Amino acid sequence: MIAPLHAKPGPAAQLWITGARVLDPGEGIDATLDVVVENGLIARIEPSGSSRATNGHRVVEAAGLVLAPAFVDPHVHLRTPGREDEETIASGTAAAAAGGYCAILAMPNTDPVVDSAAVLGALVELAREEAVIPTGFMAAISKGQAGHELTEMAELADAGAAGFTDDGRPVVAAGLLRRALQYGAVAGRPLALHCEEPTLSRDGQMHEGAVSAELGFTGYPSVAESVMVGRDLALAAYEDRSVHLMHLSARESVDLLRGAKAAGLRASGEVTPHHLCLTDEAVRSLDSNVKMNPPLRAEEDRQALLAALRDGTIAAIATDHAPHARHEKEAPFEAAPFGVTGLETAFAVLYTRLVETGVLPLELVLERMSAGPARALGLPVPRIGTGEPANLVLLDLGAAWQVQENGFRSRSVNSWLLGETLHGAVRLTVAGGQVAFEA
Amino acid sequence: MADIRLVRGDLVPPERAPRRHLISISDLTRDDVERILGTAKTLARSLEREVKKLPTLRGRTVVNLFYESSTRTSSSFELAAKRLSADTMTIRAAGSSVDKGESLKDTALTLSAYDPDVIVIRHPQIGAPQLVARYTGASVINAGDGKHQHPTQALLDLYTMEEALGRLEGLHVAIVGDVLHSRVARSLVQALTLVGARSTLVAPPTLLPRGIEALGCETSTDIGSIAAADVVYVLRMQQERMEAGEAFVPSLREYSARWGVTPERLRPGQKVMHPGPMNRGVEIDPRVADAADALIESQVRSGLVVRMAVLYDLLTTGPVAVAADAMSVA
Repeated sequence: MIAPLHAKPGPAAQLWITGARVLDPGEGIDATLDVVVENGLIARIEPSGSSRATNGHRVVEAAGLVLAPAFVDPHVHLRTPGREDEETIASGTAAAAAGGYCAILAMPNTDPVVDSAAVLGALVELAREEAVIPTGFMAAISKGQAGHELTEMAELADAGAAGFTDDGRPVVAAGLLRRALQYGAVAGRPLALHCEEPTLSRDGQMHEGAVSAELGFTGYPSVAESVMVGRDLALAAYEDRSVHLMHLSARESVDLLRGAKAAGLRASGEVTPHHLCLTDEAVRSLDSNVKMNPPLRAEEDRQALLAALRDGTIAAIATDHAPHARHEKEAPFEAAPFGVTGLETAFAVLYTRLVETGVLPLELVLERMSAGPARALGLPVPRIGTGEPANLVLLDLGAAWQVQENGFRSRSVNSWLLGETLHGAVRLTVAGGQVAFEA
Repeated sequence: MADIRLVRGDLVPPERAPRRHLISISDLTRDDVERILGTAKTLARSLEREVKKLPTLRGRTVVNLFYESSTRTSSSFELAAKRLSADTMTIRAAGSSVDKGESLKDTALTLSAYDPDVIVIRHPQIGAPQLVARYTGASVINAGDGKHQHPTQALLDLYTMEEALGRLEGLHVAIVGDVLHSRVARSLVQALTLVGARSTLVAPPTLLPRGIEALGCETSTDIGSIAAADVVYVLRMQQERMEAGEAFVPSLREYSARWGVTPERLRPGQKVMHPGPMNRGVEIDPRVADAADALIESQVRSGLVVRMAVLYDLLTTGPVAVAADAMSVA
């Protein structure tokens, strides 16, 4: 079995990052320190100014900046193969690096679907040629994501699959999901579930509530998610298997996950920055860049998601970065596809809207963007510790910048933040021991 | 009553107003609504003359862009523009570049090249008028976008009610039928709330959108509750917006038995309205549709003057008082 993350080989970082506020909540570090990276590994962590010898290291003056473990995104759509006009492995990983990420997981709902070792193998090869940061590929649970037959999960795991999901659509048949839970034990990789009951979400364009009633949109009710969350947790408990629940949006889903975890189930959940920051009120703009699946929900749902993030019920923030061609999003709301980009704005929007306003502490956001998702998906946890691989992000919390179409490394511009001014900029990303991004 | 004398003054078109749109009733204030209805009244008198055409919008261009079938709305917009001497052009999806897969954005850009003053758009998808407004310099009038809004219908309904009942304030209107799929219901509830009237939505539970009370209306699933209203506004069962196999009601037979508006369910003197086209025998009993208390034809007549008033209002700077001045010069 090979490691589930793949990247283009490059020169190992030799850095001497001086004077930053080093902040690793998991390791209990919050101090002004110098971090020395040699051959891509963290060689020394020492009081700032205690050492002078550079030994050929590049010096990064980081006084006033925050150095933290780089981010991990368990939910990214790289659109390759099939829609390389929207994103490629090169552009998507460059966007991730610019967002401060050291690892991402790509979803298998491509064309063709990543449901065979042949398709997966081609992606792994491509990632070794062009992925700027370590990238994992999720394989499908069902062939063609059609929901009928299991994929060859053991062979896919051997070929480097990071896990399994039919993301983009739910596993509709309970019987098939039960098989996947049983057989997935052989593959030894996590199972990530998109929870949506399609006969309840049917044609739904936005959250069902007062706003959908007023605007006339067919509602996609919270219960369309939570009823599947309940079913999936029940099956996971019955088979004694762990599951990861993707992009949770509803209060009821969070309550179910909290209950299942309290009952001893190994389950994890993720939430997106847009579900943490916005509600269905945003849809009044009829801007297709606030159309996503699951939809933006009510304020009480948003508050429940924030509470779940605080108490650890939800341990991971995931962008669900979903690039779409401009001409497809430039359509009436109802005709536009679901999904928004997020890799390049995730930290800054959370910092601006939730940390600066006192809703969430910075340490919590950093942890839920890094160690939290890494643990949930069984990936190496980025740490600032001697001997650890360098997975670092250097953040300028004082920097203000405007989100603009021409500023993205992603090939797509369907961001819900276009025109917004955000605080908190990524200055440097070291991913897998290599410098992946530098502003 | 100011008499309308048509003369030299109206040879000069009014000054160009800052660009405004009419996309949703929620774009309007009570003052806006009252001003438009007032303009409509003034214009109605002009239509009583032998020569029905006013030169007010001479040289202006109104494009009607219809992506959904329509008889009433498209014909009344076209006639309204013509009565105000604007140049009109009607484009229907069938037989146009839309058939060849042209996007709405490209169609909007193409039409904008002619520099129209107004684009009237009907489209099956919510949000289409906003999209067109983004890519054109014209004022955009929403003539119906999916299940969202149909603001000129709501305005003409207010006009009709005021004409028939002499007031709007305090009026109680029961809106009966397929609320879920109805842009007319949404626009009308907002418009009634704006002018101080009450509305009650009456429908089977499956056709009442969850959360609709937030618009400021009451809801009921009991057809008996229409008896309390001054006006019974009947909505069309929109079978074309219901996906095959999506059973909102078990059958049309059961629907009309439970919620059809019949003479037996009405009080004498209750006014009945319907935005058309009617499914006679489904949501409305033919005897009701043809009764003297039905205002259905008045609605069509009101449609013309109200749409004239909307065009006039969007393209001129002033409220109705100024409008009257512009139209009457000794």
